[in-house]
Amino acid sequence: MSDLDAFRAEIRAWLEENCPAEMREPVRDEGDVCWGGRNFEFKSEAQKTWMDRCAAKGYTVPDWPEAYGGAGMSPAQAKIWREELARIGARPPLSSFGIWMLGPALLKFGTEEQKVHYLNQIARGEIRWCQGYSEPGSGSDLVSLQTFGEDKGDHWLVNGQKIWTSYADKADWIFCLVRTDKANKYQGISFLLFDMTTPGVTTKPIKLISGNSPFCETFFDNVVVPKNQIVGELNRGWDVAKYLLGHEREMISGAGGGDRLNAIGAVVARNGLEDPILRADLAMFDVDALAYACMGEKFLDEAKVGKAHPAQPNMMKYAGTELNKRRHELLMSAGGATALEWDSERTNGGTPARSWLRTKANSIEGGTSEVMLNVVAKRILELPGA
Amino acid sequence: MPLYHTEDQAMLAESVTGFMADEGGIKKQLRHYRDMNCQDGFGHALWKQFAEMGLTGMLAAEADGGLAMGHVEAGIVLREIGRNLTPSPFLTTSVMGVTALSGGSEDLRGRWLPGVIAGDSVLAVAIDEGPKHRPERIACKAEKAGNGFRLQGRKAFVVQGASADAIIVAARTSGSDTDNDGITLFAVPKDAAGISHENLRLVDSAMASNVTFDNVELDGDCVIGEVDGGRELLNKVLRAGRIGAAAELTGVGQGAFDITTAYLKTRKQFGQLIGEFQGLQHRAAHLYSELEIAEAAVIKAQQLLDGNSERADLMISVAKAKAAKACNLSVREGVQMHGGVGMTDEYDIGLYMKRDRSLAEFMGDQYYHAERVAQLSGY
Repeated sequence: MSDLDAFRAEIRAWLEENCPAEMREPVRDEGDVCWGGRNFEFKSEAQKTWMDRCAAKGYTVPDWPEAYGGAGMSPAQAKIWREELARIGARPPLSSFGIWMLGPALLKFGTEEQKVHYLNQIARGEIRWCQGYSEPGSGSDLVSLQTFGEDKGDHWLVNGQKIWTSYADKADWIFCLVRTDKANKYQGISFLLFDMTTPGVTTKPIKLISGNSPFCETFFDNVVVPKNQIVGELNRGWDVAKYLLGHEREMISGAGGGDRLNAIGAVVARNGLEDPILRADLAMFDVDALAYACMGEKFLDEAKVGKAHPAQPNMMKYAGTELNKRRHELLMSAGGATALEWDSERTNGGTPARSWLRTKANSIEGGTSEVMLNVVAKRILELPGA
Repeated sequence: MPLYHTEDQAMLAESVTGFMADEGGIKKQLRHYRDMNCQDGFGHALWKQFAEMGLTGMLAAEADGGLAMGHVEAGIVLREIGRNLTPSPFLTTSVMGVTALSGGSEDLRGRWLPGVIAGDSVLAVAIDEGPKHRPERIACKAEKAGNGFRLQGRKAFVVQGASADAIIVAARTSGSDTDNDGITLFAVPKDAAGISHENLRLVDSAMASNVTFDNVELDGDCVIGEVDGGRELLNKVLRAGRIGAAAELTGVGQGAFDITTAYLKTRKQFGQLIGEFQGLQHRAAHLYSELEIAEAAVIKAQQLLDGNSERADLMISVAKAKAAKACNLSVREGVQMHGGVGMTDEYDIGLYMKRDRSLAEFMGDQYYHAERVAQLSGY
């Protein structure tokens, strides 16, 4: 038996012992996702147990170093971990922007002190993070952002407004892009971390077409941020932001796996599939979805050994989000009038319709499809003037 | 197993890439043999070079004088064949033909494989009987006659069939046309009495034959594998052919894409490079994305097939359908972005468009394989 086979056997046995049966059920809606954080209300005892058991072993962030709360797994081991989770249909023990986005940025740009402090909190699900990037006047053109941090010696005094801040009303801390030099566009932005309970921080949920409010407007009115809460160098926050955007795009693309990569024809057919043209569209969709899942796997494999083009997450984000929108269009067609129900019990409160509407943001948030195509044209294809 | 080439595979890719670009290029091979109206549709000298490179027997067992490599390795060669539009019997002979013969007796392997590996012989594979890929239906009959069989029927779209030293024929030895059982594979020598060819040039300048077998007498030792039990061996040949064609399609798509993006960087209109127009940039970036995804599906399917995974059939059909869709987009966008010159014979982009058509049809098009994905998924 090779070392990896032994490792797989070990993981399999541990999961058998420790993953509660309830956590092997598919995620039905947003409420089933474990986000962690100071004020998180666990939906069930099993959800908390599952997160705590994984955190104790470093399995919430399996490939982070042990000193920072991870399990120190190699890429090959982390792949086995994901495969074994998928094999029993286990839910991710903990999902968070801390894991997907801030964590990788801290690992690359953080001081040792910051890594030990923040990463361990993320790994244990103690602090829930939100991301302060977009502003009302700075969407696709993010670098034009205006939120300003005035240098006050031992702290910055931050004033301004962010928008589309995901779950800002539920988050404990924010990682935030703040202008610290008005004279330099790209090299005048710093990457700051601060507590959402700091005086002067307020949030206001934005009601979306889905009826839900996953995004907020976030206002900063004379918010005091101590100087040790900067990641990377002063005025070089754009480098951190770009690095982190790569991870965000990868996350939104679904490259890491999960439901959105799955084929759907067989699921739809369980309730009957009488329309041959719809069946044909489902089959063509399944071809694309199954092929895209291979792309996700290939991308992750290549990224771990530095083989992937650095701009490849932009392609992944573009393709993955467009695919997910198509997926939900087909699910709505397959569901017929039932899928139109907005708050009925049998649709679990209009899940099909609300999910369908939610996916329309996929190709807007974290960089629009059009911006992704611009980046691919410029950085990968090296087309002129792009 | 990670979804990229191992060091050995990367080394193979490097040497094959150089070889195919130098020796298998469009001007030297495709245009040369097309313009001389070659009735084989490919050059035997290059086939001999394939043998010297060790490519002809890459899938054959070491005991048979081969290299015992897998479909990832064969796919590396096919991708470069696709990229250079190299006319070659590699897919039918070294991939499908060798896969078929590997299921045969030692005598049979000894009769045909040395010639193949030496680059002296060529094999063709005769499965389909009409214009569309329908291997589920085999009507061509082989009836027992004495110690052997008598072959009667027609086979269509037998690529390089008239040039082959032996044709691998899937025939019905019992049951009715659509029965799963009752199939037998035969290695039919080209000089057997009663074979006639309608040798046709296809849109991509390849030659394919509609073959008629009129009471062709075959010895019992022409049988590959078991009489009546050939369906699984046929499926092996189909898997090899489908994933091979998919790999070649990714090469065709990539080749067309490369010359198109190069054109976008040199052609000027309205005082600027046309590659500066966002309308074209976004289409090129979308196309890049589709080609990358197709390539990922192909390598995944190759690895699953080499690992004898039960998911291989599903992913082979995903790969063939996806590669066909992506490659087709690549050649259509390629001709359009070239504008008027894209319609000329002088520019190569049109040659890619023609090759895509043939390869997409070969071993089942995107519709056939999407249907198969649905069926294998249980709907």
